[in-house]
Amino acid sequence: MDIPWDLIVIQTVNGIVTGMILALVASGLTLIFGIMDVVNFAHGELFMLGAYAGVVVISTTGNFWAALILASMIVALIGAGMQIVTLRPLIGRDPLNTILVTFGFSLILQNYALWQFGPVARRIPEPITGYFDLFYLQYPWYRILIAGLSAAIIGGFWLFLKYSKFGVWIRATTQDRVMAQAMGIPVPWVLTGVFALGAAMAAASGVLFAPLVGVNHTMGLDWVLKAFIVVVVGGMGNLVGSVAAAIFVSLLEAYASIWVSPAQAVIVSFIVLILTLLFRPTGLFVPTPK
Amino acid sequence: MTTTPVEKTSPLGRSGLSHNAIFWTGFCVVIAILIMAPYVLPPFWRRFLTEILIWGLLAMSSDILIGYTGMVSFGHSAFFGLGMYGAAAALLIVSPPNLWLAVLFGLAGASAAALFVAYFSTRLRDIYFAITTLIFSQIFYVLIFTWTKVTGGENGLIFTRPHFTIPFIFDTKFSAYTLHWFVLAVVAGSYLFLRRVMRSPFGMVLQSIRENEARTRAIGYPVQRYKIVSVMLSGFFAGLAGVLYAVQNQFAAPDFVFFITSGDTVIFNVIGGIGTLVGPIVGAGFFQLARELLSRVFGEQFPYLIPLGVVFIVIIIFLPQGLLGFARRWLNR
Repeated sequence: MDIPWDLIVIQTVNGIVTGMILALVASGLTLIFGIMDVVNFAHGELFMLGAYAGVVVISTTGNFWAALILASMIVALIGAGMQIVTLRPLIGRDPLNTILVTFGFSLILQNYALWQFGPVARRIPEPITGYFDLFYLQYPWYRILIAGLSAAIIGGFWLFLKYSKFGVWIRATTQDRVMAQAMGIPVPWVLTGVFALGAAMAAASGVLFAPLVGVNHTMGLDWVLKAFIVVVVGGMGNLVGSVAAAIFVSLLEAYASIWVSPAQAVIVSFIVLILTLLFRPTGLFVPTPK
Repeated sequence: MTTTPVEKTSPLGRSGLSHNAIFWTGFCVVIAILIMAPYVLPPFWRRFLTEILIWGLLAMSSDILIGYTGMVSFGHSAFFGLGMYGAAAALLIVSPPNLWLAVLFGLAGASAAALFVAYFSTRLRDIYFAITTLIFSQIFYVLIFTWTKVTGGENGLIFTRPHFTIPFIFDTKFSAYTLHWFVLAVVAGSYLFLRRVMRSPFGMVLQSIRENEARTRAIGYPVQRYKIVSVMLSGFFAGLAGVLYAVQNQFAAPDFVFFITSGDTVIFNVIGGIGTLVGPIVGAGFFQLARELLSRVFGEQFPYLIPLGVVFIVIIIFLPQGLLGFARRWLNR
């Protein structure tokens, strides 16, 4: 069998682009899990809500970048509200309760979106429309831009965690919640802030991704499943691992879809997840704990 | 393990009657009402009640994991769906369609899926278990959805309802009445069986895994093996629910293997009360009834899952034992 080099190169580019968006979604999820012990089932719905907020803002202002920023802020507020109303009373209870509550939220948000926007997919126009030649394809620059922007947001977020005061608070809360509280860090508000940040990142990726496939109310489940896989493969709560795993999984899926249909290519990432859980349950890209 | 249970006076047992007498009286009254129900109800609600019983059986099977072993499964749609497609296979391949063969095929399919899922997922705990079961159910969904030649893909499979037979003795067509009674008999039988199992030493071990897994292992129980059996037991009865659903509706569709079914199952459990076995049936009834009423009052387009989602969240936060939580200890005695 001939090896289709051109296809492989194209799929590598595609895989990295999807991988970077996925990394952006997953880093919010892993942040929320690592710091709050909350498995956010509604993360995909926040992604979807971000995309819809983007649709609304664009239809009023016509500016993609305004949509990106405004949508993130709106969804961050929704996330903060969600955390205060439902997750805060559950602090100290079994983490399984948080899955159930956020699952309830995902139902509410998904059906709200269906009710408000209808079942027809909406589109966001691409903010830049240039192309470059990749073999026989006209490859849009916008896709490369998405990958770059996602990387920039994740990088900025990493710097924020490392150097800002709030970032130090977040890391202190992760290490020892009780001690952080004793040192005067407002732990409940740190948790709210973290959830809002994670939600904003999901929303931003939603807006960035929307021009590629269009926005509909069921896109959340797909993404939350993928993000779960990435977060587990990369090691729960591990930012760098999540980014690596996102690109790894997306590349594998992209290569697999050369030979099988994209719907079946998903199974590849399922298999990666199962193998990881069996042999390296703490994550592929972290050293095994002693 | 010979321990005498500590006698506790529960508020329900104060009347002087024994716990058993009250339980069996209550059981018989409920069953009698359900037997008589088809005579009173109009056709739509008759069918509705039968479906509630089937969803209740699915939720009850999931309660074995959520309520007794302490593992939340987000993948019960896989077992339900395999039961459904197994029954469909038997009804389509063998002519004339045979009810018991359908049951056999469905249960075999669901059990095989359960063994596969159990082997991998029981190595993991808590949320990892929940996510793994979810992923497995999606694998089955993708396979069924894309393997169009065998499963009919998106369109699913349509078949005729088998006769109700007892070999060599009895052979008749299912009417709406007999179908209801058949479903009722299966669900009631499953309830009594599962209740017996959960009160047996085996069930006690499952509950001790829920309470403290490390200690259970330290006592010397092979925890992993118990978990595998509990997932398989759960999958078996979920498959039975799938078979009943296939017989009732005469079709199998990939939608039922999709995540929504698993999510509904978890909702039924949480609303009705985990760890009670009957609670999930009550939860299924509550959910379906609320859905039907909401869409009748506000119209078909009304997003009924928004108010029901709110109810669900409120119950988790303020009433974590569910609607029947107050009777949990009493029902399990």
